Amino acid sequence: MKFGGDLHQYEVMGRKVPKLESEKSPLYKMNIFAPDDIVAKSRFWYFIKRFKKVKHSNGEIISVRQIYEKKPLKIKNFGVWLRYDSRSGTHNMYKEYRDLTTEAAVTSCYREMGARHRARAHNIHILRVKEVPAAQCRRPHVQQFRNSKIKFPLPHRVVGNWNRPRFTTTRPRTSFK
Amino acid sequence: MVFELYVEIGRVALIKCGPNKGKICAIIDVIDQNRALVEGPSIKDGVIGVPRQSMRFKHLQLLPYTIKICHTTRTKKLTAAWEKSEISKKWMESAISKKLIASERRKGLNDFDRFKLMKAKQKRQRMIRMCMGPMPKK
Repeated sequence: MKFGGDLHQYEVMGRKVPKLESEKSPLYKMNIFAPDDIVAKSRFWYFIKRFKKVKHSNGEIISVRQIYEKKPLKIKNFGVWLRYDSRSGTHNMYKEYRDLTTEAAVTSCYREMGARHRARAHNIHILRVKEVPAAQCRRPHVQQFRNSKIKFPLPHRVVGNWNRPRFTTTRPRTSFK
Repeated sequence: MVFELYVEIGRVALIKCGPNKGKICAIIDVIDQNRALVEGPSIKDGVIGVPRQSMRFKHLQLLPYTIKICHTTRTKKLTAAWEKSEISKKWMESAISKKLIASERRKGLNDFDRFKLMKAKQKRQRMIRMCMGPMPKK
């Protein structure tokens, strides 16, 4: 499963198709993070199959709805609980991200898991994503931004001037005061 | 090595990349080590502002102006603080802004304009050399 680009949050609802007219099958709802709604539906069946006796062939998806962030301009601290398969076993993890939207935080999570743990997207299950109040954040890289009078310089700025000649006699300028 | 320009709440910055290139905005909050939440207010006379969004520090050039705001101030208060500090006016009068405008004009010159520019430069150089006189032989 390719989880490229930015992920979106979908609310997928589905149920087992009742064999008889009178039967009523329960409706299941899941919050899925996926690059598009097609992958979202696929992941819905993947998870539902693991929990319940229903699969794509005997079930139907009632609705797939993209969930948009309520306040996309408010900076939030997200706690992400996940479970992933490493080469030798499966582990739980808790990660924190500081971002504007849930999707962006989960996208960062997938990228970070790939980078730090070589975990592929299909090996990662996002168990829970929740906005965590600043006082309850556990990770130092998130806590360090918990400062209403934050102030820092930008030392040694590496400017990406791709039109710069390959060979030059002058050292680049990295200090912009 | 002392730093003069800091990333802080209220720091004014020039946007170097993207659809808002060339516009100035204020840093309203810091998201993380790479990104800030910025907004540039829309001033009268049709100066279009920068809508509130996250922006990478790599795409920002910090300017030597700050405004007094609290973190994540609302647009209205931001505009009021911006106008009180007369940031737009200071920016328009600054050397960097003038250079940017000049370089934009330079890019838009046609061949005849470039010829005229060359002739004007020649004339100016001649006038300077006449005043300076011949260079003393060392």
